[in-house]
Amino acid sequence: MGRVVVEVMPKPEILDPQGKAVVGALPRLGFTQFSGVRQGKRFELEVDGEVTPEILAAAQEAAVTLLSNPVIEDVVSVTEATEDADVAGEASGAPVGA
Amino acid sequence: MSAIEPTPAATAVPGIEGARIGVITFPGTLDDRDAARAVRLAGAEAVSLWHADASLQDVDAVVLPGGFSYGDYLRAGAISRFAPAMAAVVDAAQGGMPVLGICNGFQVLTEAHLLPGSMVKNDHLHFVCREQSLIVENARTAWTNEFRRGQQIKIPLKNQDGQFVADERTLDELEGEGRVVFRYDGWNPNGSRRDIAGITNDRGNVVGLMPHPEHAVESGFGPASAEGPRAGVDGLTFFTSVLSSLVHA
Repeated sequence: MGRVVVEVMPKPEILDPQGKAVVGALPRLGFTQFSGVRQGKRFELEVDGEVTPEILAAAQEAAVTLLSNPVIEDVVSVTEATEDADVAGEASGAPVGA
Repeated sequence: MSAIEPTPAATAVPGIEGARIGVITFPGTLDDRDAARAVRLAGAEAVSLWHADASLQDVDAVVLPGGFSYGDYLRAGAISRFAPAMAAVVDAAQGGMPVLGICNGFQVLTEAHLLPGSMVKNDHLHFVCREQSLIVENARTAWTNEFRRGQQIKIPLKNQDGQFVADERTLDELEGEGRVVFRYDGWNPNGSRRDIAGITNDRGNVVGLMPHPEHAVESGFGPASAEGPRAGVDGLTFFTSVLSSLVHA
């Protein structure tokens, strides 16, 4: 079974109120190292078989038509998830521009 | 789909009695009954439309009411935009049929690309519910032609994702073409760009706004007004405007 990971972020010029709220809360827990937070979305699209180039292309299409709104968001990446992809830093493949 | 011809009844009665205005219900819509009531108080017949039905039942105009369709999952209005009824609404709107999107309905119209821009979370992150003053900036649309330009009106506002955003070029275009229909007056309740509360398309038949005209249509149940507490009925003018635009179409 394959999995495609789509990551969507608010556009840089759009104020991200949720990120602002999170960055305001961090120092209260002692995390004073972080000066900014932007909050985005990660989608995991499962397929029954292999992740083929066609599947990736379909995921890219879904990413720009439904999963994101190009007025306020950018699709940051559409990548195949690898087996040990559940830990941070799995991002395989090059980011796909939106 | 063409639903702009007058119905036989409207032809027989040269007035508003025969007009039929559809109100679409999506899963999670809250204000469809209030919108239908507003239509009836304005003197037209309210026709209930279901999101999964691709037919608009030959209505003369459509209201997309407020609420939290699909729980605002993904983005407000994002999933409703792909409902079968919306394909018909997009076709009809492009043919000139009047369409009004209120709150969540406005969000659906932007997701459907019938109106530019989008709504993101309020800048202060709180849900806001208040009686909101607006200035009418465009009194020529299908839904505002019985207002005066510059008129101050008051109708309820209640939202979480009400901050209207668009890029500077789009905002300049909207301003330059007179397509800003309403601006927040006194206080900008959600951080919307340029205090914009509502906009229209270039033809003036599609209007979207965040505040709720359908909650200010009957004395005793509206916002405070000069006539007394809860006496405000400024919202009714949206619905009588569309009827007069249908009569004069």
